[in-house]
Parts: sequence; structure tokens; C-alpha cells
Amino acid sequence: MMDSFYLAWRYIVFNRIKTITLVLCISLVSFLPFALKILLNESEHQLMSRAITTPLLVGAKGNSLDLVMNSLYFSKEKPDFISMKAIEKVMDSYLAVPIPLYTRFHAREYPIVGTTLDYFEFRKHKVAEGRSFAMLGESLIGADVAARLNLKVGGSILSSPENLFDLAGVYPLKMKVVGILQKTNSVDDKAVFVDLKTTWVIQGLGHGHQDVKKIADESDVLSRSDKLVTTSTKIKQYTEINVDNLGSFHFHGDPSIYPLTAIIAVPNDKKSATILSGRYLSEQKNQQIVRPKKVIEDLLGNIFQIKEFIDAVVLIVAIAMVLAIFLVFSLSFRLRQKEISTILHLGCSRSTVVQLIGAEILIIAVFSGMLCFSSLLVLQYFQGEIVHQLFIS
Amino acid sequence: MININSLELSYGTDEFRLSIPQLKIESTEKVAIIGPSGSGKTTLLKLISGIIQPQRGRVEIGEVAINELSDPQCRDYRVSNIGYIFQDFELLDYLNVQDNILHPFRITQSLKIDNQVRDRVKSLAEEMGIADKLKRLTNNLSQGEKQRTAICRAMITAPKLILADEATGNLDPSNKTKILDALFRSTDKNKATLIAVTHDHELLDRFDRVIDFKQFCDGESV
Repeated sequence: MMDSFYLAWRYIVFNRIKTITLVLCISLVSFLPFALKILLNESEHQLMSRAITTPLLVGAKGNSLDLVMNSLYFSKEKPDFISMKAIEKVMDSYLAVPIPLYTRFHAREYPIVGTTLDYFEFRKHKVAEGRSFAMLGESLIGADVAARLNLKVGGSILSSPENLFDLAGVYPLKMKVVGILQKTNSVDDKAVFVDLKTTWVIQGLGHGHQDVKKIADESDVLSRSDKLVTTSTKIKQYTEINVDNLGSFHFHGDPSIYPLTAIIAVPNDKKSATILSGRYLSEQKNQQIVRPKKVIEDLLGNIFQIKEFIDAVVLIVAIAMVLAIFLVFSLSFRLRQKEISTILHLGCSRSTVVQLIGAEILIIAVFSGMLCFSSLLVLQYFQGEIVHQLFIS
Repeated sequence: MININSLELSYGTDEFRLSIPQLKIESTEKVAIIGPSGSGKTTLLKLISGIIQPQRGRVEIGEVAINELSDPQCRDYRVSNIGYIFQDFELLDYLNVQDNILHPFRITQSLKIDNQVRDRVKSLAEEMGIADKLKRLTNNLSQGEKQRTAICRAMITAPKLILADEATGNLDPSNKTKILDALFRSTDKNKATLIAVTHDHELLDRFDRVIDFKQFCDGESV
């Protein structure tokens, strides 16, 4: 038996290109359905786990999937904005506790999530180092952000401009890192949390600048009266908020119309949730309330329908591949007919010939299995990241 | 001693017909078989080795009637007692010289590779002048080296009967003499019988006997 494996091994090594091609083909065909299953299971797990723990979401009317994906997974799809008035509506109902979210901006590739401290209590997140944000311009970063950007408490992170070519756009804001969240194995690990007002400062709704009453260079002042001072654009705008300039930061306009992307509504009980949902259905023309679980279930339903189609395609490809492999082997044996007849002439039995061929097929199958298995292990290791890239971001 | 009696074999509808009323070859005899192409020289070697079976007649090697053995018995007998040198070497290109020589041992349960066999490979390779080529793949060998490897493979089981089908056919004159010398040396050492099909008439003097296959067309006994 060992001699059969030895001879088969020598043949396989000699014909390594053919062997590698066969091993790759078999591995790929075996890998695809398993990989698909792993990725779909992980996507189901990732999508559902967060959706289940988020009872209701209030947002602008429109695509409910965009609203859920943006609010739960901070994806790049941006739903229309709602105003701060929506918070009051939820509060005034006494049916749920509102947690506002504003997820428009990014710091490098990481989303900046403007919210309140209720968010961390709701998600049961703990601060691993430092503290939660307490004042304008402070940030609490996720564990992965800290690890990947090598950020520590006391460091700082810069918001990214929305459009590099918009010269009149808002300047990047340098935010101080005051805390790092414990690892949560969720998208919160890859987010930068700030107070809502900080996101409005990034947007330009609020800003800080040199005190116009104390300008030393009078050439910067265009006009001055008791109530109004008009200055030139040379006046210094602050791009970082610290204790010294905090007082100079102020907001313009009506705060009740400042934007939000969504509100997580945490209802008092099931009945409250039903009543609140009903009110939005009947009263609100510009806003919607959605159950993230239902939206994700619909999404997964679609994904699994696609999976069934992909499974069928993989099956057809697998059958074609098996036929092709059968063809390769039969052509190979036809080409080796002379060799087989030589070993039969030397005195080899037919069963030994079958053993030799079986050993070759077994070695190829074992290598394909090993390659497939190790690829699946690698996929399993990176499944979270891959699913995030494929289905969430 | 090899004894062939009333042997008859035909292919198709009289396209080929071999008829040997009687043929005797003594032990340790070196016999050359000559004859026109298609006269059945290679077929005779295959009949003697049991690779093909006659329609009639009997082929005896010593006490054994090889055409009366079952297929597995015949294969077992062949691999242990007959060394066959094929016309175009029929070496396996994916094995090195050493593995090609050891090949009969790897394809049969009844033969086991041990240190004695490994030593025999070395001594045969030295005898044939290919000791330094044992680890080389056969693709990288000259025609002469390939033929020497094929002879070593035929001799590795120390057979008492060697069947050589055009063993010198593909070689240049100087190599032909060298290969035949090596084959004769090895045959003598083993006290084996040699039956060699050849077209090289200049080498016939070196054999104990020459059988011309033309005679079997007339159904003569030898």
C-alpha cells in the first residue's frame, strides 16, 4: 500500500502543474458553498444581534433600510435628516426614551457618531480608559479605532472634510480623545462618539472665534455699533475646542431645527411601543418609525433568496467541474495507457493498478480538502471584517 | 529449459498466424531470434512470458506450464522469474533511475524492498555503468543509459529467464556492443537463459544459437 502511495506521490510531484490546477479547481468548488454559508451566517448574526437590541428607530420618511443601516451600523447610506423637534415629540409622548443620533461625518474612515450619554447606557458599553465626553470637542473612541490609529487618552483625532474641493466648506475639527470604550465586538468598536453639539460644530452650525470686542487690530473690524460688530474674514476661527476657547463657541439659528439622522426610541413596554408606532403611522407625514428587527429580517429574506440562487449556480458549476475533473482523469489515464500496460506486463496485478490510481486521487483529494479547510479557517478569522465590508458599510 | 509444443496463435481473420510445432531452449542458453517484421518475434516473447495466451499448444518454463496458470499466478511468476526488456525501454518518466529499477518490487505484494535489494540496485547500476545516475529522472538520460536502466530493471529480481525485445535496436554501434556485453555479463552471473529478438545481424555471432522466424511460417520444429 505504501508503495502505491509512493509511486502516486512521485507521479503527482512530476506532474505538478496538472496537480496544482486540479487541487485548485476541487478546492474552489468545495470552498464556495461553505464560504457562502459562513458569510451568510455571520451576516445574519451581525445584522440581527444589533437589530434585536434596538426596539424602535425614528427617522425621516424614505428608505427604511438606509435608516436602519445608518443608525445601527453607521453605514455610508445617509437617510434624510430629521430635526431636534422629533426628540421633543418622543419625549412628550411619555412612551419611550429618545436617544438621538447624528452620523453624518467621519474621522478618517471611522464614523463620527453624535449622541448623548444615554447611548452607552442603552448599549451597556463601559469605558475602558479615561471617561465619557463631557464638553464640546471631546470624543470617546471605540476599541478598534484606538488600536488601529494608536490613539491614547489625551490624544486627538481630526474630523475629515466632507468634500475636499469645497473651499468654503467647514474646517476639520480637532477633537480630544477623553476615553476609550471597552471592546464590544460590534460596529461601536469602529466609531468615534461625540456629543451631538460637537457634530453641529463640525457641520458649521456652531463655531468659535476671536472675541470681536477685543480685537487688537482695528483694520479687521469693518463696522462697529452698540449691538453689531462686523469683521473681515481675517478674524481667527478656532479649529480645536479647549478650555481657553470653549466660551467663544456659540450656535446660530434655532436649535430645535438642528439636524439628526435618527432617534433610537426605547419604549417603556410593548404596549408603549405599539402605541408610539401607531401614532407615527397616523400622524407623521415626514417621519417614520421602524422596527429594525423587521427591516433586517426582510433584508435577510432577500439575501437568503439570493443565496438559494447562488447555491444553484454553485451546484451547476460543481457538476461541470466534477465532469471536467472526470474528463481530465480519463484523458490522463488514456495518455498513461502505455505506462499502465508496461506495469501490467512487468507483473503488476489489476488491483494494484486500481490502487495506484486510487492513491493519486486520494492524495489530490486530501490536498484539496486541506486547502479548502485552511481557506475556510482564514475566512472564518476575517468573517466579521468581510461581512462588515460586504453587507454593512 | 523452455519447451514450446504445438503452439498456435492467430489475430483477426488470418491477418497474423503464428505456428510453432516445437521449440526447445536450454537453460543458460543465449538465443537470438531474427526474422522479418511482423513475423511474430515479439509475440513469441509475450507468449513465453504469459502476457498473451496461445489458442493452442503449451509453453513450459522448467516444470511450469505458463499458459495454464491463472492470471494472478502468471503475473506473480512473471515478476519473480522473468526479466523483460522492452523494445523502447518503457521506463517511467516520473521516477528516477533507482525507482525505475526497483519498480517491479513496488508493484507486487510478493516482492519486498530490503537492504539486500538496495545493495543489488547499486551493484547492478555499477555493473551497467549508471551508478552515478541513480537519482536522475529518466528524461535526462541518453538512449544508452535508458537501455542500461531497463536492463537493470529486468535483472533486479535475479530472474532465470531474460526476454529482450530489440534491446540494442535504438543504439549506435559502439553502444550496442557495450549493452550486449553488459547483458551477457549479467545473464552469465545469474546463470540465466537469454532470448533476444534482434535485427542486428552483426551481433548474431555472439549468441549460442540463432532462430530464424521464417521457418515457423513453414511450420518447422527447432
